[in-house]
Amino acid sequence: MADAVSSHGALKVADAPRELERVPLVLNQRPMGWISDKIAGIAEGKTPRWWWIAFAISFSVMSLMAGMIGYLISTGVGVWGLNNPVGWAWDITNFVFWIGIGHAGTLISAILFLLRQKWRTSINRAAEAMTLFAVACAGIFPLVHTGRIWFALYPGYMIPFPNANSIWPQFRSPLLWDVFAVSTYGTVSLLFWYVGLVPDLATMRDRATTKVRKFLYGLFALGWTGSNRHWSNYEKAYLLLAGLSTPLVLSVHSVVSFDFAVSQVPGWHTTIFPPYFVAGAIFSGFGMVLTLLIPLRSVCGLQDVITVRHVELMCKVILATGSIVGYAYGMEFFIAWYGGNPYELYAFKNRAFGPYWWAYWSMISCNVISPQLFWFKWCRTNVVFVFIVSIFVNIGMWFERFVIIVTSLHRDYLPSSWGMFSPTYVDVLTFVGSFGLFMTLFLLFMRFLPVIAIAEVKGVTPQADPHHALGGAKGHH
Amino acid sequence: MSDIFPKWTNKLPTRVIAGALIAGSTVLAGITYYATPKYTRVGYQPVQPVAFSHAIHVDQVGLDCRYCHNGVEKSWYSNVPAASTCMNCHNQILANDPKLALVRESHNTGKPIPWVQIHKTPDYVYFNHSVHVNRGVSCFSCHGEINKMDEVRHAQPLSMGFCLDCHRNPEKQIRPPEQVFNLNWRTNEAAQLQLGEKFVHDWKVNSSQNCSACHR
Repeated sequence: MADAVSSHGALKVADAPRELERVPLVLNQRPMGWISDKIAGIAEGKTPRWWWIAFAISFSVMSLMAGMIGYLISTGVGVWGLNNPVGWAWDITNFVFWIGIGHAGTLISAILFLLRQKWRTSINRAAEAMTLFAVACAGIFPLVHTGRIWFALYPGYMIPFPNANSIWPQFRSPLLWDVFAVSTYGTVSLLFWYVGLVPDLATMRDRATTKVRKFLYGLFALGWTGSNRHWSNYEKAYLLLAGLSTPLVLSVHSVVSFDFAVSQVPGWHTTIFPPYFVAGAIFSGFGMVLTLLIPLRSVCGLQDVITVRHVELMCKVILATGSIVGYAYGMEFFIAWYGGNPYELYAFKNRAFGPYWWAYWSMISCNVISPQLFWFKWCRTNVVFVFIVSIFVNIGMWFERFVIIVTSLHRDYLPSSWGMFSPTYVDVLTFVGSFGLFMTLFLLFMRFLPVIAIAEVKGVTPQADPHHALGGAKGHH
Repeated sequence: MSDIFPKWTNKLPTRVIAGALIAGSTVLAGITYYATPKYTRVGYQPVQPVAFSHAIHVDQVGLDCRYCHNGVEKSWYSNVPAASTCMNCHNQILANDPKLALVRESHNTGKPIPWVQIHKTPDYVYFNHSVHVNRGVSCFSCHGEINKMDEVRHAQPLSMGFCLDCHRNPEKQIRPPEQVFNLNWRTNEAAQLQLGEKFVHDWKVNSSQNCSACHR
């Protein structure tokens, strides 16, 4: 660094300034073998005690939800607290909350891939898995909120299929767009995740010691041998799926926002909803990625692969999207005043200062104020601090959906139709139970599949770069 | 991978997919044919307590539908007549026929004849006979050639699709009002369309297709 200018005789020629050293994406010059052993090792060997404890808790909480859904379906939606005028409450709040969380996985896997953001490789596998599990949690709520869930399977209600009733889904309804958006999203995310897993499944297969493991990993590895042809096809498929997923990052939550924006309800009927929802979704998704990965990297000793640099970069995404969300909150109020519609203005005044003021201000403090701390490097690089903020982000984004849905509905045009919403224990336990399902799926994932894309992480290590000092071609230029 | 999977498994995926496609199509075709009202309802012909023949009473004797079903123009419900209606004639005709023993007994005791109902709309469907027959929808449209039946059978599926077919294209079924109860009246398709379109226009037929038209 010191020899920025060198002198050769009389003529002084300035050397190009030396490239700034970036913090490597895999620390401590870990070799390829270490990466394979470390990551595959999490899914091999004896199941650790902490895993069993975490699994037992998650599974019990999930069973609670199964019981609550059984009760709901056998009894009717009256077991929930929603009623006129609040016809949508925790069900759709939870749906939007979970579906939003999924968006970080798709952003990391698709958009960051197309933008050649190499740091994605350490986190994309777990983030994509989180996407799938979040979509699974999200899908439950719109399905069960109808009460008679079997109608969802009848041809003609949600699936456009010719039937004896001669009925057809209402294609003018955003609720149907939602069905297509979410199912497309789930399918593409699953395919993307699975295609990315194939080379690592083959690694797992080759490392497997028991017959059952050999068979199962072998079955899903689809006969991967690691030949050039396989890699070439794999890269093409991965790129195509990344291209296919990229519009979904923006479209899915736009369509979810149409559930509200297309209606006439003051507080919902705004054009800012699609971009505002997408930013919020990515914001909440990165919050959840951090909530999951910070404990994961400590428990599994992955600090050299999911480094502080990764955490810091994710904090920057949270800061950017959190600021967009804060801007959207402000702009909603401005338009409510500037638009001159008294009902709209009332809806927003009521949000901030009405009976649900505590929900609104919880949302503001968690979503607008807490991410602003990430302007400071200390806040971004202290993982415990980041973990705490990520929890606030999760809480804030749940409150955002609650505020949008419940406060907009609880005051109708006619004061005689005004009402308040309070959840029943079934509402609460179903929501808590969805976290049980989410954690159960995530724990199973980390116990049976490589939590980090082994093959891809190897490609971004310093020694994989032939121009790097540690790289394969060092000293031969 | 030969040590894990034998060579024949290479062909397995194609076979599994082909098998799933065939099985799926078979199940769909089976449900479409056997589990829809076209199959489950059409042809239902229970044995009635009295062997009443519509063919004799309508086609041979020439009774009007409304002689017995006299509420059909005024009520949502097309009534089955009381035994007293039968006895208007049968106190003279076949007055001692053993086949009519149950009718006479019903007439004397006031206990209704336990007819088996054939055409049922579900509880969640509202159907009004009067509004249909007063706007040119013949008995024939839903009940078929009941004037030729010795024993009544379910002639049409009466599924939701059946109702909607007519509600979407009422001009295909609406006939001149004087021909509503003439079950032998027929016309060709072009003439029907011409007539039907005129009636739909003149009578302002607004066959609702919203859910709450029938599911109130």
